[in-house]
Amino acid sequence: MEHKNYNAINKSVRKKDAMQLLLGKPVYTKDIAPENALVVKLLRSPHANAIVNTIDTKVAKLVPGVVDIFTWEDVPDSRFTNAGQTYPEPSPYDRLIIDRHVRFAGDVVAIVAAENEKAAKKALSLIKVSYDVLEAVLDFRKAKDSNILVHPEDNWVAPIDVGGSNKRNLVASEQSEHGDVDGVLADCDIVIDRTYHTKAFNQAMMETFRTYTSYDRYGRLHVISSTQIVFHVRRILSHALGIPKNMIRVEKPRSGGGFGAKQTAVSEVYPAFVTMKTGRPAMIVFTREESQIAGSPRHEMEVRVKLGANKNGKIRVLDLYTLSNSGAYGEHGPTTVGLSGHKSIPMYTGSLEAHRFNYDVVYTNTMAAGAYRGYGATQGIFALESAVNELAENLNMDPTVIREMNMLKEGMVMPAYYNEIASACALDKCLAHCKEMFDWDKKYPVRDMGNGKVRCAGIGMAMQGSCISNLDVGSATVKLNDDGTYTLMIGAADMGTGCDTILAQMVAECMDCSVDDVTVFGADTDASPYDSGSYASSTTYITGKAVEKACTDLKKRMCSIAAGLMDCNEDEVIFDEGKLRRINTEQSVTITEVGNKSQLNNDIVPQASASHSSPVSPPPYMVGMVEIELDKLTGEVTVLDYMAVVDCGIPINPALARIQAEGGIVQGIGHTLFENITNDSKGRPIESSLMQYRLPTRLDMGNLKVEFEHSYEPTGPFGAKSIGEIVINTPAPALAHAIYRATGVWHRELPITPEQIALGK
Amino acid sequence: MDITLTLNGKKITDQIDPDLTLFDFLRSHNCYSVKCGCETSNCGLCTVFFDDTPVLSCSVLAARANGHKITTLEGLQDEAKEFVGFIADQGADQCGFCNPGFVMNTIALLRENPDPTDDEIRQYLSGNLCRCSGYEGQLRGIRSFLDSRKHK
Repeated sequence: MEHKNYNAINKSVRKKDAMQLLLGKPVYTKDIAPENALVVKLLRSPHANAIVNTIDTKVAKLVPGVVDIFTWEDVPDSRFTNAGQTYPEPSPYDRLIIDRHVRFAGDVVAIVAAENEKAAKKALSLIKVSYDVLEAVLDFRKAKDSNILVHPEDNWVAPIDVGGSNKRNLVASEQSEHGDVDGVLADCDIVIDRTYHTKAFNQAMMETFRTYTSYDRYGRLHVISSTQIVFHVRRILSHALGIPKNMIRVEKPRSGGGFGAKQTAVSEVYPAFVTMKTGRPAMIVFTREESQIAGSPRHEMEVRVKLGANKNGKIRVLDLYTLSNSGAYGEHGPTTVGLSGHKSIPMYTGSLEAHRFNYDVVYTNTMAAGAYRGYGATQGIFALESAVNELAENLNMDPTVIREMNMLKEGMVMPAYYNEIASACALDKCLAHCKEMFDWDKKYPVRDMGNGKVRCAGIGMAMQGSCISNLDVGSATVKLNDDGTYTLMIGAADMGTGCDTILAQMVAECMDCSVDDVTVFGADTDASPYDSGSYASSTTYITGKAVEKACTDLKKRMCSIAAGLMDCNEDEVIFDEGKLRRINTEQSVTITEVGNKSQLNNDIVPQASASHSSPVSPPPYMVGMVEIELDKLTGEVTVLDYMAVVDCGIPINPALARIQAEGGIVQGIGHTLFENITNDSKGRPIESSLMQYRLPTRLDMGNLKVEFEHSYEPTGPFGAKSIGEIVINTPAPALAHAIYRATGVWHRELPITPEQIALGK
Repeated sequence: MDITLTLNGKKITDQIDPDLTLFDFLRSHNCYSVKCGCETSNCGLCTVFFDDTPVLSCSVLAARANGHKITTLEGLQDEAKEFVGFIADQGADQCGFCNPGFVMNTIALLRENPDPTDDEIRQYLSGNLCRCSGYEGQLRGIRSFLDSRKHK
């Protein structure tokens, strides 16, 4: 590990937008959209699987204020995907803007554009639709090769072959094996064979999906949207609307949270279509109900783990099969599933002799899933970590000891992770640190409190990646201003995480200036350099490296300009304590002088751009431990303490890294104990409001304590890896473990509610 | 119908529909700090002061404000500035969308109870949801503000 005295990184500086946000300034999409925008509302299907027989909008169009209403007859008939992924997307092209065949309760039947919300809502109630209701596939275990097809159409397209077929309800399918899995399983003293089930949890970011569109002064479509993926949105709209990409500009103002939900273009296409048809500005704001029932939640998964071990606790073989429910459309279906194995199995590289990972991803007539922080790893880690805890309890061994025996250590080659080398791995240190901080040896034993309540503890480990290797592109442009300050232009999207700030810290570190001297601009497809977007735990690691590269280039350019001022060669000029100095002399010029010179008789642009991709995706690591008090009569679980230690390489901003970890843990507690997604027998979603979809409050999370173990990732900027996603992964296995300790029952389905605990099932 | 009220210290009169919510009324009067997160009184984002009591403006009719004093974060910038920097120092602002409601309710808490315990803070603010921060950073921020006030 590298220890250095940094100027700007590894410092807890305030987020650049903090005071604007805390003082309630108008910085979000709806705050900046002009008042005259048409209100866009969507009529949604009440049926899970149906064909629109007739649709009559005549009466609805007579409502004063209604400008137009669009149905399946009005939209282009070429299919596209809403998934925010690099082209060609792994997700199938299975959507139309409005499809005559509606495939989940909530699918769009009509788009209403009106002068005001009242008129739009009135029109919704007056559209007359007759449906041919079809039998629906609601159980994802029965979807593959069902005789009911979610996508029977012939113009379904898979841009990449991921093993899917719409004629089999299959979005993707793959098998992979390393070593003699069946042979090792047969030779093991003990085989844990269990199946774990997680639901389609909602991100429930506080700002629902929303987009504003208008034509700009050049007649181009100008899109202002709360999105993580400005460049992907531009391409998706181009595909969906059939207009050239260069006629679309997408920008993101401040965003009220995403967590992956806004890595899918959930809301953009509807106002864009209205603006295209009417020529007028248009705005859509999803209600909370719409966000709940027609958003882009986590993929429901069922993960079967076969874990083979020796009596002494050595884990020799892992065999995972994941069945993933993509819902009615395939966004992120082929990719999320991979992480359930690729980002769980490698944690046990230390002892594994063989592993197998197979999966199927299926269509059903339920809400389409998408990207949610953790992106499949969360589901796989719940399953595998629970199985390891089951092994430990079965062998009557301490689960921390079993992990110490089997875990991945720095320098190991990871056959289950594309043979990457764990170049920076402090997982063992995280475990030792967490064990001590938490006082594991004291808290692990079950303690009957004598009042019907029991206290005990549970554990989970986690990994994730940092970027999609050989795929994600991050870019940065850094320019020198004439006052000696810098402007950083990025296409990555700060959705509240603070990436604008941590990237500015990197500029300040490279250019040896104050973070206050770096202005950040982004993200805007017209002006930002190309960036895949803020997802896949890539921004710090990938865009950060692009920042470093751009700064190196800019320094050279500044040295050239300074050389002109000092009448010497550029290789004689060095950066030295905020000045440009001619080596071996007292001669120097200030950054401001270089900035001023760049605007006077100059042919060296004081600006540099760089792009970066990585051949590897270095995992961050984490250990989480929870102490609960469980009421044996009511089944109520109270989280007393949640402690975690994270290895994200060198944290660029420790305060922001800590908040990421704390926020992720509380989301994890939420989907383990409170949040649930269920449908009625007709496939209609039940938890359609925050009254029914119970988010954790500040009374639900106990005391949080997060600390860090540093590793140094040689391929990352300043040794950094990622932090944003991994932090959601430990609560589910840790809590399920603690609940088992208290009750003797393993709960293998999330969420684990008091009712299930009290009923012991 | 016509209503007259005092909004952030200024007396205003307006003609409104009887079913207009206070939330929509405030947004239409440029109080953009007021945010909506749920429409069902579950998230706390739309918190404003009705006279001096915090209420959820999504669930109050604008007509009810007739003759009353309504205050939003736009009208409490100085009082907010006293402590929000401490939240910023923790990085607990995050996406910021819940911040105005959280800040309003924290002001209400501190007016009512200038020296709350951690449990009193958690209890009072329990109706203010935040999906980003995990709450602990907000608590640390309030705590360090209270500590700094004591050491003044």
